[in-house]
Amino acid sequence: MKQPTKGNAKNFSVVNHSVPRTDGVAKVTGSATYTGDITLERMAWAKLLRSPFAHAKILSIDVSDAKRQPGVIDVLTGNDLGALHPYYGHAVKDHPLLAIGKVRFVGEPVVAVIGEDELSAQEALDKIKVTYEELTPVLDVKTALAPGAVLVHGTDYVGGAFRGFDDFRDFPGGTQNICQAVHVEWGDVDAAFASAAHIAEGEFYFPMVYAYAMEPYTAVADYDPRGLLTVHSCAQHPFMVRHDLAEVFGLPLNGVRVIVPYVGGGYGSKSYTKIEPLTAACSWKVSRPVKLQLSVEEAFLTTRSDDARVYIRTAVDRQGKLIAKQATIHLNTGAYAENSPMVCRKAANRIVGPYRFPSVKIDCLAIYTNTAPASSYRGLGAAQITFPVESQMDELAHKIGCDPQQFRLRNLAHSGESIHPGLRPIDADVPGDIRLAAETLRKNGPLAAKHGRSVCCSASDAGAHPVTLAMVHVYADGSVSVMSGSTEIGQGSHTVLAQIAAEEMGVPLEKVRLVGSDTAITLFERSTGASRTTTLMGRAVMEACREATAQCKSMAAELLGVPASEFTEERGGIRHGKDRLTWPEIIERYFQMEGCSIIGRAYLRRAGPLKSVPVFWEIGVVGVEIALDEETGKISLDTLVTVGDVGLAIHPAMTEGQDLGAATMGLGIGLFEELIYEGQQLMNGTLLEYRVPRFSDLARRVELKLVENRDGVGPYGAKGGGEGAVNPIGACLANALYQAAGVRVRSLPLTPERVWKALQEKKAEVTAPQGESSEAPRIRAPKIRVRKTRS
Amino acid sequence: MKIAFELNGKPTSLEIEPRETLAEVLRARLRLTGVKLSCEAQVCGSCTVLVDGLPVSACTYLAYEIRDKRVTTIEGLANGAGCLHPLQQAFLDNFAFQCGFCTPGMILAAKSLLDENAHVSDEEIIAYMNGNLCRCTGYLGILKAIRQASAALQANGKAKKARS
Repeated sequence: MKQPTKGNAKNFSVVNHSVPRTDGVAKVTGSATYTGDITLERMAWAKLLRSPFAHAKILSIDVSDAKRQPGVIDVLTGNDLGALHPYYGHAVKDHPLLAIGKVRFVGEPVVAVIGEDELSAQEALDKIKVTYEELTPVLDVKTALAPGAVLVHGTDYVGGAFRGFDDFRDFPGGTQNICQAVHVEWGDVDAAFASAAHIAEGEFYFPMVYAYAMEPYTAVADYDPRGLLTVHSCAQHPFMVRHDLAEVFGLPLNGVRVIVPYVGGGYGSKSYTKIEPLTAACSWKVSRPVKLQLSVEEAFLTTRSDDARVYIRTAVDRQGKLIAKQATIHLNTGAYAENSPMVCRKAANRIVGPYRFPSVKIDCLAIYTNTAPASSYRGLGAAQITFPVESQMDELAHKIGCDPQQFRLRNLAHSGESIHPGLRPIDADVPGDIRLAAETLRKNGPLAAKHGRSVCCSASDAGAHPVTLAMVHVYADGSVSVMSGSTEIGQGSHTVLAQIAAEEMGVPLEKVRLVGSDTAITLFERSTGASRTTTLMGRAVMEACREATAQCKSMAAELLGVPASEFTEERGGIRHGKDRLTWPEIIERYFQMEGCSIIGRAYLRRAGPLKSVPVFWEIGVVGVEIALDEETGKISLDTLVTVGDVGLAIHPAMTEGQDLGAATMGLGIGLFEELIYEGQQLMNGTLLEYRVPRFSDLARRVELKLVENRDGVGPYGAKGGGEGAVNPIGACLANALYQAAGVRVRSLPLTPERVWKALQEKKAEVTAPQGESSEAPRIRAPKIRVRKTRS
Repeated sequence: MKIAFELNGKPTSLEIEPRETLAEVLRARLRLTGVKLSCEAQVCGSCTVLVDGLPVSACTYLAYEIRDKRVTTIEGLANGAGCLHPLQQAFLDNFAFQCGFCTPGMILAAKSLLDENAHVSDEEIIAYMNGNLCRCTGYLGILKAIRQASAALQANGKAKKARS
């Protein structure tokens, strides 16, 4: 067996060790502050009246009774926003902070009431009279794409902050209900399919799901008319929120301060701007600080994942080598673009998987409908497409009579091989990861009846656009502060970044303090997502520390009167002959002053080792063994194996925790999570009706493996993790179900009802004449004309 | 109306509105923000506090009901000297949380379980804790933490017995 750890852990004092979390004591004693725990002097509360219609014109809004209610300070409607730039969006500026003239989904905010307290604001909502003229809603992607379809938007919007970056160069706009179109193509797909020995094809459906960060969206805004807007928010990307707020209020970047305290879960759902502009507009209206705290029911209607209908076909030659893939992906993006243009881009890239394909033709559309807006969800498009990709890999293996694992190993790209022309070659050992997962699973012994096993994988172009700035203060008393714009959303970045600083500066971890996201203090970091923080912010902190020590060396050279080349660097300082000077000693001696500090800084951008994109390939490798109850169709998870190919685990226990957390979210989607619309209404938008994984869903056996080949561009060869394990689970479950009972289900979640029906259909088939009825109905990839616009 | 109760071991009396929930009173009036609100429908367990040692969902429990009772919140768990409760230490040692939003409720529910019987099986832990959701960890770290605290409390119990 291959030795999984190549890294020499003995070289490290702090990193690669599972040290206590720096936020641990605060979180177990209840003293950790989240946005909802913040109360400002004279703070008012906002509550929202939401649209009862999926698509309607707003004819009139009468707020006179509401304004007269005791405790009500003022009311804000779309008619009050004339002095602002009320449309925001980092990709497409299509989202009004309150509905303006029209509503586009059930639950869209229409009126905000600002009250002295929560109850006064809440009670006044009943006094508001809004008259609507209902319009025909567009409730699914098929209707949205039909010729002559009603338009959700009907106008082209201005591009947001990312226009021209991150592949948002072309977007067709709202005039066809197409929010974003992405085409990926290389090789001659038509010729390959014509010459193929075997082809598998089918249509798959990945459901609409809700991330359920347990802390619902919350913001506290304080608009000072002298030109400073301060917003506390649970945002993952405070600098993106700052950009949107600056544009909405016409303020300079230094006129907007976004502060992010501890965040109660994100999983992508708190990426980019959410309720911050609306909260800020309420504060602007009443000239007082305002808190807006959504309920979980409202959070369901704020952001969900894009559900995906995927038509896919894959071809192999006579030797069982993959020769072509063609896919059409339709994402239901809901009423506003949010980050779905990026989900669209990434789904199109990631559907290739970690395999060698000589020819590929992918079309992905993000489509507007009159449903709640979709945006980032852990995995960003990868979970949606890994289910069809890896289900079809098994189908194809069975078709050619090959073991699914051998079939994968035959076609997987090895480290250093390219899977996408023009992108960074694979920087991971995917075949090794697959073998490790399979070996671990095999330790369960012979497969019991009605059990099934499967190992699946995914490859995601991760890290997002590499612009990450960091700063460290090194104090003369030996303490160090890391100023980081990365948000601590639970992933443990405040611990990991402190470990890196402690390692670099040669100080104990307790001496390092993390100064978290505050756009007035910390330097720019594009985002906290795409598994980038360890890789990019970690590298930035490492470089910033090295810049600080380089300054110390120059200072020491001056102090000692010898060139820096004459002394040697040791952990925590330098040695020159018998003299040893620590970094803090050098700083104190240089300034001849106690209490001094110096700053080391690093500016990472798309250059040098970060020129090639993606920043790294995030590999997801998961193995499962399931037990099927044929009477009820219920699947339970017997064994879960994850393999985190992370280069170097800066904090092994938290890295494993990320994999288990991601896999558990994947399990939820695989087995029971699905938002259900009936007509215009979301039917199960509460925790009473939306089932997420519970304690009792924990697998009997859990094995969390780490592979540390130090092959990433992050600090000490580290790469990110935390999203990979969510992606393969759906296919793992479906493939294991096929092994257990011989039924192929191409829609998630694999609820007992869906599985039981499939089992009954198979029974009926066995007694009826043989046919192809178990195959999904063949669906032609629709041809869609997309108008290109140039930026 | 005025109610009197014991809060984290201290006698407390307070003016409340009859409609107020325990979570509202603890968070807004007493600034005990370790009580976290999420589903507000008794599903997620994040607002769990102990009333006379038993777990309740503070989101839907009327504050009126705590009169003359003992209320324990996460803020009351570590003793005055800053010494963590064995469950708090076990949650730290086992990385039994990430974002930490479910943690106060999770620890208090587990405390109620172990207070009743420190000697618990995995099956008992899983069944008892099924009403507390965690979206980050996948539960394994929490299970390990409760096991560790269970062992620590049993050892403490034995030590106390031996001394007496």
